[in-house]
Amino acid sequence: MNDIESRIIELVAKSKNLPPSDVHIDTTFEELQIDSLDKINLSFAVEEMFSIEIPDDNLNSLKTVGDVVRGVETLLAAAPPKAATS
Amino acid sequence: MKRVVVTGLGCVTPIGNTVETFRESLYAGRTGIAPFDLSVIPGALSPDPGIRYKTTAKVKDFNPTQNPEQLLSSSFILTSELGAQFGIIAARQAVAHSGLLQHHDPAGIAIVTGCSCGGRGADEDANRNLYLRNARVPPTAIIRTMASSGTSNIAIENGITGPTLNIATACASGTHAIGLAFQMVRAGMVPAAIAGGYEAPLTYGFLRAWDSMRVVSPTSCRPFSADRDGMTLGEGAAMLILEPLDAALARGARIYAEIVGFGMSADAHHVTQPRAEGAALAMRRALKDAAASGVDVAAHCVGYINAHGTGTQTNDAVEAAAIHQVFGEAASRIPVGATKSLTGHSIGAAGAIEALATVLALDAASLPHTAGITQIDPKLELDVLIGEPRPLAPEKDLALSNSLAFGGLNAVLALRRYTSWPEGGCPIACPELAEGSRS
Repeated sequence: MNDIESRIIELVAKSKNLPPSDVHIDTTFEELQIDSLDKINLSFAVEEMFSIEIPDDNLNSLKTVGDVVRGVETLLAAAPPKAATS
Repeated sequence: MKRVVVTGLGCVTPIGNTVETFRESLYAGRTGIAPFDLSVIPGALSPDPGIRYKTTAKVKDFNPTQNPEQLLSSSFILTSELGAQFGIIAARQAVAHSGLLQHHDPAGIAIVTGCSCGGRGADEDANRNLYLRNARVPPTAIIRTMASSGTSNIAIENGITGPTLNIATACASGTHAIGLAFQMVRAGMVPAAIAGGYEAPLTYGFLRAWDSMRVVSPTSCRPFSADRDGMTLGEGAAMLILEPLDAALARGARIYAEIVGFGMSADAHHVTQPRAEGAALAMRRALKDAAASGVDVAAHCVGYINAHGTGTQTNDAVEAAAIHQVFGEAASRIPVGATKSLTGHSIGAAGAIEALATVLALDAASLPHTAGITQIDPKLELDVLIGEPRPLAPEKDLALSNSLAFGGLNAVLALRRYTSWPEGGCPIACPELAEGSRS
């Protein structure tokens, strides 16, 4: 498990008041009962954590924890955050 | 019109997080007022350079992610601030306690709450971070700051789809909420109601603002004491289940008290200077409404007034004057108490917590005393309850619960001890109130 994956799993678990061991890369939002408001809130937390901006289109396509991890990796590769480049 | 009774109770307060512990503290005179710790209040300067008072009345041992009886789902945690969470748990207790949902269709039940300040914690956190470091404002800031977030979440938790609303009339919000719900049930508009108030306003900005108002006690709230020096801020929630007497009897419900009248008024005078005429008008209207409910007011003398009793020089003097205006020569013989000496002033929740205290007092036929009084202010000429609980006089089983808000908005509930007496009440004549009520 890489650093991005573990941080996102921890974030998702905390948002649903679950132990991180209950959340896996292939866990779906449906399984976690993550609704539209949860998704908005989670996206905000992810944006804050990685200093990125998730476009609305990408937000709508997120269905699993893995989708979030891959989306963050893609956004970071396209525009590394200041903290990583300084 | 239907007779309306209280069949369920719930609370989260500085003197107890269940009705049982609240009742114990109420009759033991155990105050929830204690020194506050600024170091745990988000954003607070500690030590603070300016706050002149040192005490608040905080709820203790409330943890909705850990305590089994207070557990809230992540969705509720996400969408509600502390005060709303108090309200959800108080409502949960009252609903379970009454068996409400086993006997009434949730499609018709009303929820009427009082919350005036909303989610101040979320608001202050977001604004502090925004203005200090241009931080982004989290999306939940919207829903967590809504004063009605607790109301909505009570509906969601219980699957209730009836008329559901929140009232914000400052310190009278909880009383207005119960009064409106009472009217809805009495009129037959709804089969039952959850009514009460919730508030958790003890944020740094709120503490500083009240300090600037110069009405907070540097020591501790002691209403009607000659040396009283101000109010003490508090937090909490209380909820009552209201339903028609016939429905309660039909299902064998435990009945705690009857609500018989509700009076409202505005001072139309000044936002912070109360006027006795406004409070008196609300009390008179509550008594007149009780008569309209079928209660023979002359036969049900007022045997208890749960006063607004904030402990400020002005409020207590004006409230005493109002009681004298309404009851005339009988005023000085009516037992008067103030729950805020134990719970502090929880703004939108205060009226609901005090209605709960009044219901418990009528149920037990025992009037709780006011804490902290060194000497009853002789200028007020009131029979203030001190020292220890006092029995409710059997022939005087009508009580008033007063809320007199900043802004001059007044709300008064009239309640009476429930008995199986027929419509019209007990046959014991009491000419005092009849005489006094005409003054």
